[in-house]
Amino acid sequence: MLKRSIENLGNRTIQGVWRIGFAARFFLAMLLHSGTAFRRFGLTIREMYFTGVLSLIIILVSGLFVGMVLGLQGYETLQTYGSEEALGILVALSLVRELGPVVAALLFASRAGSAITAEIGLMKATEQLSAMEMMAVDPIARVVAPRFWAGVISMPLLAALFSAMGIFGGYLVGVQLIGVDEGSFWSQMQSAVDFEQDILNGVIKSVVFGVAITTIALFEGYDAPPTAEGVSGATTRTVVTSSLAVLALDFVLTAFMFRGIN
Amino acid sequence: MQHDNLVEIEDVAFGYGTRPVLKGVNLTAKRGQVIAIMGSSGCGKTTLLRLIGGQIKPGQGTVRVAGESVGELDPAGLYRLRRKMGMLFQFGALFTDMSVFDNVAFQLREHTDLPEDAIRDLVLMKLHAVGLRGAAQLMPAELSGGMARRVALARAIALEPTLVMYDEPFAGLDPISLGVTGNLIRRLTDTLGLTSLVVTHDVQESLKIVDYVYFVSEGVIVAKGSAEDIRASDLPYVHQFVHGEADGPVPFHYPAPSYADDLRLGG
Repeated sequence: MLKRSIENLGNRTIQGVWRIGFAARFFLAMLLHSGTAFRRFGLTIREMYFTGVLSLIIILVSGLFVGMVLGLQGYETLQTYGSEEALGILVALSLVRELGPVVAALLFASRAGSAITAEIGLMKATEQLSAMEMMAVDPIARVVAPRFWAGVISMPLLAALFSAMGIFGGYLVGVQLIGVDEGSFWSQMQSAVDFEQDILNGVIKSVVFGVAITTIALFEGYDAPPTAEGVSGATTRTVVTSSLAVLALDFVLTAFMFRGIN
Repeated sequence: MQHDNLVEIEDVAFGYGTRPVLKGVNLTAKRGQVIAIMGSSGCGKTTLLRLIGGQIKPGQGTVRVAGESVGELDPAGLYRLRRKMGMLFQFGALFTDMSVFDNVAFQLREHTDLPEDAIRDLVLMKLHAVGLRGAAQLMPAELSGGMARRVALARAIALEPTLVMYDEPFAGLDPISLGVTGNLIRRLTDTLGLTSLVVTHDVQESLKIVDYVYFVSEGVIVAKGSAEDIRASDLPYVHQFVHGEADGPVPFHYPAPSYADDLRLGG
């Protein structure tokens, strides 16, 4: 019994290490074969439509509601200190630094990441990737790399739109509904939000999240066992792993970016 | 100098993990012929095609296509060689996000600088050859199984390869599509000067069109010869296979302990 469980543990560890090695090689191959994604940018634009444009509705609606909730909650807290005018700062900084990149990335993982994994997994299961290889076309260059770059480009744009919608939502609730002074809402926001410290760092975060999510989604699809259970398992793993990766990466990036900032 | 044999397989062995699939296979395919590789499911027929296409490397022996040892080629050399090969997958493996036209045009767009006008003409010619010019704008989901197989065939011959491999081209087809596919394989081989390797277990349909047959069983070639030789063969395995007998050298029952023991009738 004990011997068996030790064997199982060893087996799982070897499998895990092997998968990490395979994922690293896959990531490198994807970068090395990225030429096609840029030479034939039409391929990447097409994928940006599927991953980016089709994610717009969920991103915009979620952004609006998150901003509206921030407006309500922020006002409740700030008014106890008599500083409701700072609502603009609270909404903008929360969104640009954290909620924009993180929530947009979580939504992107479940909307676009799962779709990428299912598509690549099914292409593998129906031998479309093998057929491509037999036609002397590298699937990493033709199928994987354009999807990777489309995800990396789309992610910061979606995060920016999420933040913009969120600020608008905060404005609607804070200024239009509750009656916070419009002038101080915008002017305090303008003076407190720093381009380099806040906006640029937010963009860097969302680019990193984009790389992580699309890499995980593509790898899981490419590595999925070619069966119905295999593809469904891979799709679930994509959402779980990339969501956890986003939250863990966010902590690490925040620790480095906002050290010592008040 | 052109070799007479387009494909030469010498003493090839291959296994998945510890499970051996092929154990010393020898096979040659002469130019211009239709060769069938037959055998029951799981005997290693598809593995042979994957070895020829260079998707896997033999554990032992050599696989030569047009004089080049496939297992020793670097990726660039392998892709160069694959441009001379076409492959028809079991269920077509059409790209589901592209129309029939775009599927057939795929290789022409990837590998040539032909203007779109010329590509259009070539694609329509290939589709006409398989009788599906009128289906050019359909999506793969709108095709029947037989039609999808024919589109895949048009796609496989788009770059005018010298070798076309067919993985179970007759599987799951109705009798009409079966005859159409068989005739197409023969006709295209003759008119385009191809060499065709057909992996199949459909004996009656394939014996009508092939020049030479190899029988694979348990990882080795157990019989070979022309269609007539195979029909007349008195080897027990070949006889069972050709006549579709339920029991024989290939047993009906998967190995199991004694039936009585399993039902606990031993007392």
